[in-house]
Amino acid sequence: MSLISALARMEAAASGRAEPVATVRHRHLAERPLVLVPLTTAGETGAPLGAMVGTDRGAPQVFTVAQPRDRDLRFAFLGRLAEALLPHLESCQDEVETIERKETDPESGKRVTVEAELCADAPQLLVPTAPGVDFVRLLGRSMRFRRTAEEDPGTPYPAPPRVPLLGRWLTHYAERSRVPGSSLLLPLTGLLTRHWATGQSHLEDQHLGTLLAWIAPPDGESGAEAARRAELERDGTGQLVRPPAGPATDPAFDNRLLAPAVARYDAGVPGAAEELRELIASQLRPTWEAMWQGVDLLRALPEGAHVPDRWRRDRQSYTHHRDRLRAGEPPQPRRDDAVTAARKLAMREQRQAELEAQEALDDPLVMAVRRLAGEAFTAAVTDVEMAYSEGKRPTPRPLVTLRTEDTPLLAEGDKVHRQLPEGAQQRAELVAEPEPGVLVLRLLSGMGRGKEPAQGTVPEPGDLLCWTLFEHSPRGGPGLPEPEETPWTHGGPPGEQTAEDPDPLTPEDVL
Amino acid sequence: MTPTLGGTEGQKATLPHQAERTPQQRLAELRGGPDVPQRPLDARALAALAANPGCRRRALLDGAGVDKGAVAQALGSPAPFGQSQFAFVRGNAFEARVKADGGAALLALLCAHTGEDCPDTSEVALPDLTADGPAGRAARTRLALDEAYGGWALLDHPILTLEVAGTTAYLEPDALALHPDGGVTVIEIKSFPILDGSADPAKVGAAARQAAVYALALAGPGATAAWAVREQALLVCPKDFSNHPAASLLPLRKQVATTKRQLARLTRVDEIAAELPPGASFSPGQDPGTLTAAVESVPAAYAPECLATCELAFHCRDRARDGGAVEALGRSVRGELGGLATVDQVLAAASPEGPGTDEPAAAALRRAAALRTEALGASRARAEALRASGTCDAEPGGAACR
Repeated sequence: MSLISALARMEAAASGRAEPVATVRHRHLAERPLVLVPLTTAGETGAPLGAMVGTDRGAPQVFTVAQPRDRDLRFAFLGRLAEALLPHLESCQDEVETIERKETDPESGKRVTVEAELCADAPQLLVPTAPGVDFVRLLGRSMRFRRTAEEDPGTPYPAPPRVPLLGRWLTHYAERSRVPGSSLLLPLTGLLTRHWATGQSHLEDQHLGTLLAWIAPPDGESGAEAARRAELERDGTGQLVRPPAGPATDPAFDNRLLAPAVARYDAGVPGAAEELRELIASQLRPTWEAMWQGVDLLRALPEGAHVPDRWRRDRQSYTHHRDRLRAGEPPQPRRDDAVTAARKLAMREQRQAELEAQEALDDPLVMAVRRLAGEAFTAAVTDVEMAYSEGKRPTPRPLVTLRTEDTPLLAEGDKVHRQLPEGAQQRAELVAEPEPGVLVLRLLSGMGRGKEPAQGTVPEPGDLLCWTLFEHSPRGGPGLPEPEETPWTHGGPPGEQTAEDPDPLTPEDVL
Repeated sequence: MTPTLGGTEGQKATLPHQAERTPQQRLAELRGGPDVPQRPLDARALAALAANPGCRRRALLDGAGVDKGAVAQALGSPAPFGQSQFAFVRGNAFEARVKADGGAALLALLCAHTGEDCPDTSEVALPDLTADGPAGRAARTRLALDEAYGGWALLDHPILTLEVAGTTAYLEPDALALHPDGGVTVIEIKSFPILDGSADPAKVGAAARQAAVYALALAGPGATAAWAVREQALLVCPKDFSNHPAASLLPLRKQVATTKRQLARLTRVDEIAAELPPGASFSPGQDPGTLTAAVESVPAAYAPECLATCELAFHCRDRARDGGAVEALGRSVRGELGGLATVDQVLAAASPEGPGTDEPAAAALRRAAALRTEALGASRARAEALRASGTCDAEPGGAACR
């Protein structure tokens, strides 16, 4: 943790209210996000207990499973979930814009420009917590290999229609959520902790109720008190007043309320199914409200300047998945082959570096963290001396003298970068440091092609500039081989991609 | 080598007020008397051992076998731990299923991983381990291992003993398998899944720690030269979304070494106990004020990680927060703060008009605070300028000036 965010935490602990650690919103927030609050059954893998779903805070859809161990009920639930989620997930497929993309021509091997479609928007999915994202991944995994009766009439225990399709969408969203800076699927706790520091630890911040209590405590109460109540307050029957945001339920709820109700359902008591539905909904409702409260808080922040750029990549990812579905490709494999895995990792590393750079450029508070770490500095221009490169065509290489109070970790010859007022980038190198706090830089780029530098690209004495030691759009490492050229050290070429077999199902699978 | 625990003769001589009592008696007193049973080192205590080995309070209470849950309840900060009966039922049903038919499926999984020929169920001894009390069952377990030597045997819920903090702790692994070559494999049956060949690393780590304690107990005194515990345990979990078992071998060598070292640190519990006021005990039934004083007389090292593993964590957290300890905000916060231990000290050091200290962290803190104030001021000024000019552009970012 950086000293600045540690300090923010301590200020929050002292004042009893969360402190900002960002001045702009660093993630895309859709106009109509789809909120999904799932609950799971303790001890069972991928056995949902219920879910609250919707884009309208006043009208959530509630789905529940009366007996989580009954496979038929489980798949009926997933079928209804598919009917609720898929229309939204598929809603942005047809509105497209045409973009140009560079591609390697397979015959000539040359780089050619091709036209491609890009969906104008993409649906966003919000869940309460990071384990909620894992649960979405697990649900996707449990559904995407299933077969419907239509696909394979001979399959035992066929899945309801569209369930495998939902599995593929959820798998795609969960996989995309691993990319730093992506916004297709986000946990609300992650979004809030990115923008506020509370007076509790990072581990306790994973509790959505306490997090919101710190950020927006009720009137007349400090965040610390409200968080304590949100975490521990129980009613007369020993039930938590604010149930956990899931997907796991509180053991006291399971043992005192849920288990007897499930037993009544199993015994065929009339009205037991309705009772269970209401019971599970009672655990979902507070989290549902909390989700929208969090969305409101985030909406109040202005969007960071680079957020639309990153959202464009999310739209690209959405479009790619749409194309794969339309091309009739098989579901995502259980394990990636070596080249795909290496590509994904390289891409995530690059996005991480890009995210860190962009967040700093968008937000002075994030830049302050980098300045404290010696990775950036602001400096006032004290002198500019025009100079030219040696060579056939001299180009401008002005020397700029700066005075700074920051302590950048620079040595002679190191490159630094800054954003020009019009958005272009300029590179410079350190020539000398005549005395501590005084730096002489040689500008290297961003001044146009002419003999004289373009207007406004060379600073003037008195200007206050922010330079970074990191590149603004970091490049990735060297390219990776095509899958067909996977070296033997990595298992060799993966061969023809075939659809994987579904998970075998047997009558004894259900206890 | 075993962690033989308890005070040495030299230490006793220096503690006159305890001269006539053995460390075991002293620890029993801490529990509230010789009749109060000792809590065994369960999975949670083991996890706490790994998560926070430096906490003297936890070391003493665990070492003495105090029921920390009851103590926390009596202190008014009950631990919200509990197991859902759904998880409990599911775990038991899965274990019963794995062990059905004389453990045929279990041995098949084991042999598939070790490369041995799977024996016919008729060749596998299934000794009866029932006896009165844990001591009797532990003796039966030892006997069964000796008797079955030279052939296959599967021990269902045996009892092992381990000397912890000078007293005998009874441990109950899910199963032990004796191989014909005299090797003994610890078997752990868990209900978290192995999904597409991988399982939750945190849960696997906890299972490995648990298995390591069993392996230590098997290698302890009373171990005959004939059989030897194997360095790999067998972890059995449900496969994917089904109830069919899948297994994997867990290497234990590192965990055994770590646990052995941590248990050896517990030998000092009698030293910690010696620092307590005479007559202090952790009996939950006593007056809450006296109990609080007894608990507070042992220093704790609270960290937010404790919340998941230690029953007393909520009590310790309240104390840490009341005292403004920076650790309550997370271990990583502590790193750059040098000797500044409380929130008030840090904020005082960070303020520009704060007292000039020679604390090296103070300069960095002041710089951090100045940079933070500058950045927040800049963004506030920008927002106000936007509001004043009244330009609410149509971008989503414009929502801020509504």
